[in-house]
Amino acid sequence: MSLQIISIILGSLTLASALMVVLSKHPVRSVIYLVITFFLITAMYIMMNAQFLAVVNMIVYAGAIMVLFLFVLMLLNLNKEVEPMATRGSQLAAFIAGGSLFLVLITALKDTLILGQSYRDNHSQIGLVKELGNLLFSKYIVAFELTSILFIAAMVGAILLAKRENQIIE
Amino acid sequence: MLIEKSILVILLFLVSLGAAAYMTYFERKLAAWIQDRVGPDRAGPFGILQPIADGVKMFLKEDFIPAKADKWLFIIGPGIAMFTALITSAVIPWGPKLHLFGRDIVLQVADINIGILYVFGVISIGVYGIMIGGWASNNKYSLYGAIRASSQMISYELAMGVSAITIVLLSGSLSLTTIVEGQSDVWNIVYQPVAFLIFFICALAELNRAPFDLPECESELVGGYHTEYSSMKLGLYLFAEYTSMFVSSAIMAILFFGGYNFPGMSHFSGNTLAILGIAAFATKIFLFIFVIMWIRWTIPRFRFDQLMHLGWKSLLPLSLINLLVTGLVIAYKNGWF
Repeated sequence: MSLQIISIILGSLTLASALMVVLSKHPVRSVIYLVITFFLITAMYIMMNAQFLAVVNMIVYAGAIMVLFLFVLMLLNLNKEVEPMATRGSQLAAFIAGGSLFLVLITALKDTLILGQSYRDNHSQIGLVKELGNLLFSKYIVAFELTSILFIAAMVGAILLAKRENQIIE
Repeated sequence: MLIEKSILVILLFLVSLGAAAYMTYFERKLAAWIQDRVGPDRAGPFGILQPIADGVKMFLKEDFIPAKADKWLFIIGPGIAMFTALITSAVIPWGPKLHLFGRDIVLQVADINIGILYVFGVISIGVYGIMIGGWASNNKYSLYGAIRASSQMISYELAMGVSAITIVLLSGSLSLTTIVEGQSDVWNIVYQPVAFLIFFICALAELNRAPFDLPECESELVGGYHTEYSSMKLGLYLFAEYTSMFVSSAIMAILFFGGYNFPGMSHFSGNTLAILGIAAFATKIFLFIFVIMWIRWTIPRFRFDQLMHLGWKSLLPLSLINLLVTGLVIAYKNGWF
């Protein structure tokens, strides 16, 4: 019972802060709401006894990616006067793109379990580091290695882009 | 159980704050000693009450919020800095089991099986306090400080993480208790001197301590990210720095210097062992704090491009090579070749 109450509170808080990301007028505040959203998602992982996933979510999303987001926003120093106004066309395009993504998500989530049920199974070992490692390095090894190759390609690409610009200046 | 943990949490809170307060005194005395001065000596014998006087001074100063500052974020900033500095201590094993009132008391608030990752998670969010505070001040020097802090912390987190992974490889666990227990015979520093050096340098950078204190570099940026702060908000920022210094000294002692282990441990048992273990751990923490302060008053500050070069072009490749060699040796020992 108490688990259900906690899950309802967590879920509504997550939804509220996720909504605030979109509704907040100020870009820096939006990013801070996004950080809060990631923290609440971390809390949900902990509720499901997935400690490793929880901490990795905290380090990678809340810790690294959001800091870079905030970094860029602070450098740009966006405020209301200089914020570019979206034209009607791009507003319509954004509406259609967002709407279709929403539709896809709804259909994908239609068949999944309700969160409250998986909370009850909080003795599951699947999110702990040992089980996760075993799975990643046996059943999903191909996908895992392919992802790492993709990451290396992205890293090399980023370095190449940075280098080329530097050489033009020289 | 709950009462036991609550008492431990409150005790840890008080110890961290007390240690941070007296570290300010120690730092001033040490600086005076290195620069051949006397240092604070007015408040109490040897100036021992100086931190209390400083604290009272901080509280009584005018609390000022700039007119164009983002008020809420300006207030939240120091709070985040202090919060993240304090919560790391939850996973630190402070000593062997204590036997009191007929039951074993584990001197660790939470023995989670990913302790070291938790530490890195908290470190990675620690930068928000500085970033938010620096941005919300609406001052270009504060903003520069905040931007420097974030880029510096992101750069040095990588090398720090990679050098900590070598320790995880050695002990085969992410839990800090297991890492400490695995060092009862030989400390990790014997196997991993390079990783320790990298970790130590990165810890200095993450703490914003000299020679990496560019976010609050007073010769260029007035006061850096806390230029606009006054009163206890400034006090919280300074306090958070000393608290995280205390906690990261503890982490270094755990990862590389055996935590509460000490030579000749097998001759003791029970509560004597626990108390000696805590004392050994405290001594190690104190020595680390001393070295960090010693470095501050000896080595001049880096330039920002030098800092980035050191982080990305020296420490990161070195830590990766170290990781590779460690992995190969462990694989060889397990009979892979």
